[in-house]
Amino acid sequence: MTDTTPPDVTTHAMAFTPEDLPTAGSFFKPHRIVLLLIAAALVFCIVWFMRWDWVPQYLPRLGYGILVTLAMLFSTAILGFILAVPLGLVQVTGPWPLKTLAKIFCTVIRGTPLLLQLWLLYYGLGSIFPQTGIKQTFLWPYLRESWPYGVAALTISFAAYEGEVMRGAFAGVPAGEIEAARAYGMNRWTVFRRIWLPRAIHRALPTLNGETVLQLKATPLVATITVIDVYSVISKVRQDTYITYEPLLLLALIYMCLTGILVIAFRYLENRIPTRGA
Amino acid sequence: MADPASFINWSLLALEPPGWGGVLLRGLMNSIEIAIGGYSFGLLLGIGGACGKLYGGPITRDLMECYTTIVRAVPELVLILLLYYAGTDALNYVLALVGIGEVDISGLVAGIFVIGVVQGAYTTEVLRGAIKAVPAGQIEAARAYGMSPTKVMTRVTLPAMLPYAIPGLSNLWLIATKDTALLAVVGFSELTLVTRQAAGATKAYLLFYCAAGVLYLALTLVSDFLIKIIERRARRGFVEQS
Repeated sequence: MTDTTPPDVTTHAMAFTPEDLPTAGSFFKPHRIVLLLIAAALVFCIVWFMRWDWVPQYLPRLGYGILVTLAMLFSTAILGFILAVPLGLVQVTGPWPLKTLAKIFCTVIRGTPLLLQLWLLYYGLGSIFPQTGIKQTFLWPYLRESWPYGVAALTISFAAYEGEVMRGAFAGVPAGEIEAARAYGMNRWTVFRRIWLPRAIHRALPTLNGETVLQLKATPLVATITVIDVYSVISKVRQDTYITYEPLLLLALIYMCLTGILVIAFRYLENRIPTRGA
Repeated sequence: MADPASFINWSLLALEPPGWGGVLLRGLMNSIEIAIGGYSFGLLLGIGGACGKLYGGPITRDLMECYTTIVRAVPELVLILLLYYAGTDALNYVLALVGIGEVDISGLVAGIFVIGVVQGAYTTEVLRGAIKAVPAGQIEAARAYGMSPTKVMTRVTLPAMLPYAIPGLSNLWLIATKDTALLAVVGFSELTLVTRQAAGATKAYLLFYCAAGVLYLALTLVSDFLIKIIERRARRGFVEQS
């Protein structure tokens, strides 16, 4: 069994990856032109016959919501990745107590729904905190808000999923490369910093792309704990105007655009890393 | 500060009505029902989708591509809201055209439909990859024996692709069990929503959320165990690469 295949298979099935992007030439086939015309007619009908008069009024709030969503995505992905590196490393080389702990952490987080973790942190811990001495500390003004709980839950979940990926990536770096680095007289920290970590990140990059898209798809959950992201702005529109479909269609379009941009950015990043042509 | 022992009031988890244990277990049953139904529906859609993508004409292939692309790029939560409202509205509209009048669609059926459509897109991708992994020579050999395309499908392609598909399919099952939690947002009383109600009614938030977490985790671990057995059976006769 190779270590990296199983997560690879699913994330590629789950999330949009660079291979899924259309190329420019692929649009000019006869049947595609007909399909594009039908799609254009459909879009025209949606724009013309459905109600869009609420859009200008809510545009500033939508922009703010998109910024909050992106802030949530990037902060949790970066924090989660920083946590994932030790989680993966410990599972490959660590002493057994740490190895078991990391394994239990990953299993528990991956085995329960994110929505439940989010509500556990927000309602559960949120109801315990006021009874402890934390009210007097400098943390209290932040812990009264809802976004720290959202960031915490999303970070933990990303770290657990990405920790599994990093475990595979660390284990997959050829032993010869690490031995060569040792033979050069590098100490363990230098080997890790110069050889092991960069090679592992390179190996994990395609999966990291998929995980980041999945993380973007997980961010609307924070709207259930009253964080004002783009999803909750759209919910507000639906409550205010009693329009059912139009806001949701716009929301789907926004997420598709964000996913597309993310995937293109990752493709650029992957192409920047030099690989030896086979 | 309260005494730590008072945080844990185990009698709240009792199965009889003053306790909420029975309610939680019924919620778990609902979750499992939806997960099984949605997964099976998704599997049917996925087999159709994978065949359409691999063997269909150019238009079928493009439409399948649109389906999988949209589902994979839009958050499940948004899809669930869209399909939940659009699906029930469309069905009522069609029934009104036929002249039957409005029906109240049960949350269970709507939930299975929504989870199935989402799972169908992922299953399509997993099965497509697995079918492509079957050595071409085996399919050619089946054709050379004079088997019809359906027979090649049922006798060679589907059984031979199963070992390649099982890791992906088992991951999708675990995802289906966790995606049922999202139906809490549209008000279907599965495990996460009843947990929230129980916690709100008793103010024992931490206890109930942890209890629900344990139930989900147990479901995952039992599934993992069964998947291991199925995988070993499907991979029999394969050379183990170490």
